[in-house]
Amino acid sequence: MSTDTPDAPPDDAPSRAELAARVDELEDALAEATDDDGPKKMSIIATKGTLDMAYPPLILASTAAAFGYDVTVFHTFWGLDILHEERSKSLKLSSIGNPNMPVPNAVAALPGMDRVTTKMMERKIADNDTATIEELLETSLDMGVEFQACQMTIDLMDYDEDDFYDGVTTGVGAATALQDMADADIQLLV
Amino acid sequence: MSAEFDITETLDVKGASCPMPVVKTKSAIDDLAEGEILEVLATDPGSMSDIDGWASGTEGVELVDQEEGDDVYKHYVRKTE
Repeated sequence: MSTDTPDAPPDDAPSRAELAARVDELEDALAEATDDDGPKKMSIIATKGTLDMAYPPLILASTAAAFGYDVTVFHTFWGLDILHEERSKSLKLSSIGNPNMPVPNAVAALPGMDRVTTKMMERKIADNDTATIEELLETSLDMGVEFQACQMTIDLMDYDEDDFYDGVTTGVGAATALQDMADADIQLLV
Repeated sequence: MSAEFDITETLDVKGASCPMPVVKTKSAIDDLAEGEILEVLATDPGSMSDIDGWASGTEGVELVDQEEGDDVYKHYVRKTE
């Protein structure tokens, strides 16, 4: 191996200007790849439509929007009822299979019990000045949260696109949700 | 304690519970100009931690002070950009 320094670079070596241009190019690419100046993103998949389970996605969505995050909530199966203008106002709470409820399952299974437990919960919500589902949804929409209604389950449940609140996006599926989750900093399934 | 800063607006969220104190604070701060201070009056004990967390995780706002009164929690948030 020679330690001699060649007097001149070989003919095929890039010139100084070419190297400088290449360095600039790579620096730009690096800056683009590490660009984290944009807002954080949160992606939630909402699958439940009971009164209690409608709260977590909406509370997190509105709070994340207050943090300045870009938020998308993809609603599928019973989660669609949260976006359904009529059904969102009458979400139910069941005490069946819920050991935290004060009635045994045998009693909870009696006709009309869901109505009783739902009324009980609605009264607690009102007494505590807890926001209603409708309020949280309207607030989140105002703050720019993107609510998506899964097209496959809209068809499955026989819902109509006009059944949902104004501002809800329809005509989207799993690929849209997956793409959104891939881009997000926080992904949650509720 | 007397505040050593000028309050531009006061937001009353007494009675409201999570997440409304934070959500309404965000909306109210949007209407202020840079440097102005919002006073938030809340009765939700969780607002002490929540508004602190929101302010430290959100760009353009700074928590100047918090006071825990007998019934009311007071928060002072400055808009920084």
